[in-house]
Amino acid sequence: MVQVTSPAFKQNAHRALQDAGLQKALGKAKGAFLQRRAAAVAALPEFERLRDIGRDIKNHTLANLDHYLEVYAANVEKAGGKVHWCSTAEDARRAVLQICRNAGAKTVTKGKSMISEEIGVNDYLEAQGITPVETDLGEYIIQLRKEHPSHIIAPAFHLNREDWEADFRRAHTDLDPNRIFHERRDILTEARSRLRQKFLAADVGITGANFLIAETGSSVIVTNEGNGDLTQTLPRVHIVLASIEKMVPTLEDATNMLRLLARSATGQDFSVYTTFSTGIRREGDLDGPEEYHVILLDNGRSNMIGTEFQEMLRCIRCAACMNHCPVYGAVGGHAYGWVYPGPMGSVLTPSLVGVEKTGHLPNASTFCGKCESVCPVKIPLPKLMRHWREREFERHLTPATIRTNLGLWAWFAKRPSAYRLATRLGIGALSLLARAPWKKNRGAFRRLPLAGGWTQGRDLPAPEPGGTFMARYAKARRQRRT
Amino acid sequence: MHQTRPRVALFVTCLVDLYRPSVGFAAIRLLEAAGCLVEVPAAQTCCGQPAYNSGDRATARDLARRVIDTFLHYDYVVVPSGSCGGQIAHHYPGLFEDDPEYRARAETLAGKTHELVSFLADVIGTAEVTARYEGMVTYHDSCSGLRELGIKAQPRRLLAAVDGLVLKEMEDAEVCCGFGGTFCVKYPDISVRMVSDKVQNIQATGADTLLAGDLGCLLNMAGRLHREGAPVKVRHVAEVLAGMTEEVAPIGEAPAGNGAKA
Ligand code: SF4
Repeated sequence: MVQVTSPAFKQNAHRALQDAGLQKALGKAKGAFLQRRAAAVAALPEFERLRDIGRDIKNHTLANLDHYLEVYAANVEKAGGKVHWCSTAEDARRAVLQICRNAGAKTVTKGKSMISEEIGVNDYLEAQGITPVETDLGEYIIQLRKEHPSHIIAPAFHLNREDWEADFRRAHTDLDPNRIFHERRDILTEARSRLRQKFLAADVGITGANFLIAETGSSVIVTNEGNGDLTQTLPRVHIVLASIEKMVPTLEDATNMLRLLARSATGQDFSVYTTFSTGIRREGDLDGPEEYHVILLDNGRSNMIGTEFQEMLRCIRCAACMNHCPVYGAVGGHAYGWVYPGPMGSVLTPSLVGVEKTGHLPNASTFCGKCESVCPVKIPLPKLMRHWREREFERHLTPATIRTNLGLWAWFAKRPSAYRLATRLGIGALSLLARAPWKKNRGAFRRLPLAGGWTQGRDLPAPEPGGTFMARYAKARRQRRT
Repeated sequence: MHQTRPRVALFVTCLVDLYRPSVGFAAIRLLEAAGCLVEVPAAQTCCGQPAYNSGDRATARDLARRVIDTFLHYDYVVVPSGSCGGQIAHHYPGLFEDDPEYRARAETLAGKTHELVSFLADVIGTAEVTARYEGMVTYHDSCSGLRELGIKAQPRRLLAAVDGLVLKEMEDAEVCCGFGGTFCVKYPDISVRMVSDKVQNIQATGADTLLAGDLGCLLNMAGRLHREGAPVKVRHVAEVLAGMTEEVAPIGEAPAGNGAKA
């Protein structure tokens, strides 16, 4: 499994902010996503209504998840497929390995899948002598670099074109080292020609699933490269990696969700390739696998049902929340320290790997609310992050200094007269300090004891002279009366 | 205009109380000019948002109960901050899910609590202000006001009525400035990066004045503008609307005649 580096979030973030290459990549990639989504949403007047529909479909499914999972599994089996119920990442890895072994697989091709990241299946297969080949372009370069995705739909969000070129020269040593990449397309062409050979050699194809449809037992993937289709149609065996909350009841529900997904993710009306797969190849079918397996992963999700975090399971992994998040935009995805970055990760990661290690994530938010305002299924992300802060507070995971300061402040805030006195004295002292003879600007502090967090990058404006509002107001009233 | 003058309680907010009393006096002036009878309940301290957002729900509820008890019997509660206004109008009811009595009271209070500028523009229907301000201003949309209370057009509408004032919109006016309450001191690296981006957008407009409706954001942006040595004056929008800019120096600047900037 991907190592959890979330405890070092602050250090990760600090490093990310100093990384010029990363900053350049973040700036470029982000703008494009925002513009495209805004245009797509503006072009669809009923988008807001669609969001309500999407939320309701998901709420209904989650409220009846057991039922739909059973219906789905029955329909998969009816179509000749097999469902593997996996409650942990370890179960899922083992199931994948077993299928690959039974198929005598040496090479497996893979479409993009965040569940594959979550269960760390690549490293696991490799250790067992099976070579996984990522066929999504972004995933392909991530694999070359032995990194993890920094974004849930654009794995190489953190890279610049220069990085692609350098990595391709380093990895594809049989080609002319002085070849010139005139445009982006040249990079794509080179990657495609590499992958073509792999597609044909693969014994097993692994894909993710954007949705699972209960009434038909189908899985759905969307891509813009078509690599997913080749991954699942060419090999003899197709494995679908999916988590339980990918479920929707009907085909019609799936199409509604797809309309939301494409617009929210890439600003398209529909993704270039939307592929439904149902079971094994039937007689007369032109293509399709001989074996069809679904790895149905729980990995902590069912524990979220019935809690205040259930709403998070509506997530359709469109990435709109991170694309619009100023914190993600500043530090990028790797700083978050696990598989899922940005606002959705700040809620989901503590649920899946524990808040003890990941407490920074729900705290590193200004609660600006932008994520919630763009989420296609209206997940109240700030509220859910606040719930994590509450759990931390209850369990005394909140840092001691914060608890002490909060306690002290609360003591006064509950006692108006003591509060008045304390604030009058405090503000008086601060005002006095602001007028100290050595100060150049009496309107602000460049440095102040205990305020290092503030003054490291900003001045601290001094309080307006003349005392607190409440003191001045009381005085003015007294004068008016006499 | 109301037949009888509505009784309005001003919720001053802790930051205005401590840091920028003029905003409170500007609010009173604007409300009185709009025909309200303004009172400032002496028992007020803080709306509890710092506790609420730090996960200390018990303290948040305690403080919310005090605010509810203190303010419930007024016709309106007006707050010169979208963030504290949002706390009362948007978040209080949810704090009392298992306490029907206070839940009902919280909902009543929420229904009569408004942010200052939107109260003037939407509830009172103020269209005219008598203020003058010679300058080019740019306006930052603070997050809670914008997304919890829908404050966007109201300040712009009222600013358009200020004589001499020219509004120049900045790029990304709706993007968070990086204040976020305790966030700005818990994650200063990220916060400073966000406020630096904001300051860049402010300066790109060429405006000489920055306005917003939330003191937290204003202190943050003023602090960064000062650190960068940018010659932009920073004020709460109420100060301009109330015509008080001659009476108090901009945020972060020394009062005139009292040891001005060296
Ligand atoms: S939380 Fe919402 S916006 Fe973020 S990825 Fe999930 S569905 Fe998309």
